[in-house]
Amino acid sequence: MATYEWPKQGTASLLGKEIDRIDGMEKATGAAKYAYDITPPKTLHARMLGCPHAHAKITSIDLSAAEKVKGVVAVKAMKEVGNEIRWQGDQLAVVAAETEGACAEGLAAIKIEYEVLPHFVEDTDAAAATAAGQTGKVAEDVQLVKEPGDDDDEKKFNDAEIERLLKESAIVVEGEYGIHAITHMCLEPHGSTCEWEGNKLTAHLSTQNVAGTAAQFASPLGITADDVTVHCDFIGGGFGSKFAADTWGVVCAELAKKTGRPVKLMLDRDQELKTAGSRPSGFLKARVGADKDGVVTVWDSHHWGTSGPTPGGVTQGVIPYVFDPKNRRRRMTPITTNTGPVRAWRAPNHPQACAMTQTAYDDIAGKLGIDSYDVFLRNLPSVSNQKADVYKAEMEIAAKLIGWKDKWHAHGKGDADGSIVTGLGMAIHTWGGGGHSSSCLVKVHPDGGVETTLASQDLGTGTRTCIGMVVAETFGLPLEAVKVNIGSSKYPASGPSGGSTTIGGVSESNRRASLDALDKLFALAATKLGAEAATLEAKDGRIGVKGSPDKSLSWKETCSLLGMTPLEVKGEFVRGTKDPKLGADSKLSSAQVAGVQMAEVAVDRETGVVKMKKFVAVQDIGVVINRQTAASQVYGSVIMGIAYALFEERIMDRQTGAFLNCEVSDYKLPRLGDTGEIVVEFYEPETEYMRGVIGLGEPPVIAPGAAISNAVANALGVRVPILPMIPQRVLSALGKGGKA
Amino acid sequence: MKDPTHELHRSSSRPGPAAGNAASGFNRRDFFKGAGASAAATALATSVAEANQAAAPVVVGPGMSKIKLDVNGESREVAVEPRMTLLEALRYGCGLTGAKPVSIDGSSGASTVWIDGKLAAANTTLVMDCVGKKIRTVESLGGSKPDAVCSAFLHNDAMQCGFCTPGFVVAVRDFLDKHPDASEAEIRAGLNGNLCRCGTYANVIMAALEVVKGGK
Repeated sequence: MATYEWPKQGTASLLGKEIDRIDGMEKATGAAKYAYDITPPKTLHARMLGCPHAHAKITSIDLSAAEKVKGVVAVKAMKEVGNEIRWQGDQLAVVAAETEGACAEGLAAIKIEYEVLPHFVEDTDAAAATAAGQTGKVAEDVQLVKEPGDDDDEKKFNDAEIERLLKESAIVVEGEYGIHAITHMCLEPHGSTCEWEGNKLTAHLSTQNVAGTAAQFASPLGITADDVTVHCDFIGGGFGSKFAADTWGVVCAELAKKTGRPVKLMLDRDQELKTAGSRPSGFLKARVGADKDGVVTVWDSHHWGTSGPTPGGVTQGVIPYVFDPKNRRRRMTPITTNTGPVRAWRAPNHPQACAMTQTAYDDIAGKLGIDSYDVFLRNLPSVSNQKADVYKAEMEIAAKLIGWKDKWHAHGKGDADGSIVTGLGMAIHTWGGGGHSSSCLVKVHPDGGVETTLASQDLGTGTRTCIGMVVAETFGLPLEAVKVNIGSSKYPASGPSGGSTTIGGVSESNRRASLDALDKLFALAATKLGAEAATLEAKDGRIGVKGSPDKSLSWKETCSLLGMTPLEVKGEFVRGTKDPKLGADSKLSSAQVAGVQMAEVAVDRETGVVKMKKFVAVQDIGVVINRQTAASQVYGSVIMGIAYALFEERIMDRQTGAFLNCEVSDYKLPRLGDTGEIVVEFYEPETEYMRGVIGLGEPPVIAPGAAISNAVANALGVRVPILPMIPQRVLSALGKGGKA
Repeated sequence: MKDPTHELHRSSSRPGPAAGNAASGFNRRDFFKGAGASAAATALATSVAEANQAAAPVVVGPGMSKIKLDVNGESREVAVEPRMTLLEALRYGCGLTGAKPVSIDGSSGASTVWIDGKLAAANTTLVMDCVGKKIRTVESLGGSKPDAVCSAFLHNDAMQCGFCTPGFVVAVRDFLDKHPDASEAEIRAGLNGNLCRCGTYANVIMAALEVVKGGK
């Protein structure tokens, strides 16, 4: 068994370098084919009808007129009379037609009648939600240094102890903080193109979960997963919302079966936003006691929010975020609303928790008139992940990159340039990112060809390229020499791409398989060269004795020693295994990162407009596979963070229960000119490199909300309590506008 | 400095469930243009019959008809319904899927193509309005010798999921054709017609700057 390790830091020929994506030119020239782009001959176009009401009961369904529309081939109800609809946009019926136009006409001809029921979409007011009977059980979690005596009533003791600690604190910050629900807004909406051959289904699905969705299609269709091929070469955005076949995937397959023709069913933009995923909102009231240096002595908070039609919200387990003071009480009230169900959104719970609590930490600095940097630094001993040293080191790097010391001023005390004031803010984050289970098949052909095959997917993170780099590095070959086959459920299973687990998982399986294959090739080459296998290395396209360039074989010559049969080696990594062969105590990957981010903003006190000046993200990630795509993940995360800090929110109409801004033109997102200067820096001392590969996709998207909010508070001297900080909310915080 | 967004050709909206019925089939600008032309023809005509003949519209549809489109320098015969958008014709009639359907109104920029050298949102342009015009798509920038903008997008990793990328590549090519020496500030001000969800803007700026420096 080979020793599964990475090359020593700084010695790799590909790993850690900036490498262009192997599929980048396909994307840049429009050649890349997404599920939406796959249209086999005779494909029918299908669309679904969404419910116009937020809460209603279906009283009648009449599809007859739709069936008569010219060009309409099939119409199918997706709900029954008597069904209760609990969010606007929920799909009621589907039409498959020869063209998109005929499909739209067919949808317009469907007649559905409803009994409209009362709806509830308001999530910012816990008391109102409770009064309306829209809340679930309040969760409470208390941690105190002092424990109640045997005779004490625990609740009474806790209440008294919290009040005592607050009273004895040098200062108490009382504040309200919040962040609205947002959507995933995948530019390629959810959906698939389905085609049958006999009893076998191929679903070209836009998915983060190639390996896991075949069974999801099979079961409702009455077949088994071996009869399903899920195919996805490219996916146009997922962000946590595309793990399932979904009802619309299954109905697409059903229509294809019924009509005997391929069917393409992609969600309309408004349905994508209304029904295909959102992130829970979170609103929090806190009382935070601190000593005169800003060290938190007691935390007491209550937060609420909605996950849509089932009770939920941001879990209280991450409150306050990263910091875990010895004395704290956290309460959470889940609210149920007539809004579309939530789905995992890049780093579930963390961005909202960070935005709701590290803002309160920053308000301690504001209240004491001291530097926010010092407040964060002094509270590091209480971080919940034992990474205080990493945060400290990263804070120093970030501060240098943004010029913190030169630019810092006390909250609201900076110089104004007309109506423009500037400010600095920071926040910290944490994430797991351990690799998922992954299998792969590495194949070395006798003619020198190399391929690796696994049922993974490239969300845009550069997975395909990273896999190729790992194999090429191991074999001492250029990247172009390795063919990477991903995107089919027929390939060896690899985990879904969620939780920043992909790069760890696929690097594990591919490094293991390649090292094992290399062992076998070394044995063959050793005989031929008359050398010990242990003295061989794979480098620059040759297999040879270390330090003796004349004693070597080309890669092709080595592979020809395989004879007629390709060498096939399975790589396997099992998350959480106790078996060292499968990855227990692996040196190739691990979990847990820390990260520090700092923002510099300019705010116009007259208009309320916040502009990004500069943003610095410092991130530890262990071994960097591809420096270029890794940096892109951080740039992208920061920009997504700027989006929810300053621009995007789901706006529900209380009167009608409608999702008001469910089209691209109304759902505000930053554009190229809105993002300011962004600086990405990896923190990678040898101690971090030795930890192996750790996932990166999610952690940098967590802290921007709090960092930018803190920068705005620093600029203005008042907190804009709710994200996104649109001009109306900024002006309201300044006392210049109505309630925001 | 002009924002390319403002140069987008707008016509009637794409038929969709929200619109209820199929789109009307003409856009206002073309209607007025047509009315003027027909008035001129009437003035020159010597008889009512001739006037009617001169003003008689060519009827296409309803249903599928074959038309010819000039796409990337090739004449393509495409079966279309009059209510079809250029985007549908490109994607389903020509197999050119670089331009993407993202928004109902062209506000994402993902369906951006050139029509007679001007940027247009293919998903808000009726295909019948494109007959006789030169249509150019992102695919024209590919091939064995890709355009410098495509190469710069690759080298600067100005893409993640890639769904917005083709539209962005077309927008950057068009912008740099008009502003070959664009500064970073001008790039930041001038490329706001395209939406990216993954957050590739920082890399797009780098890519555009690389093209400027490369002199192409």
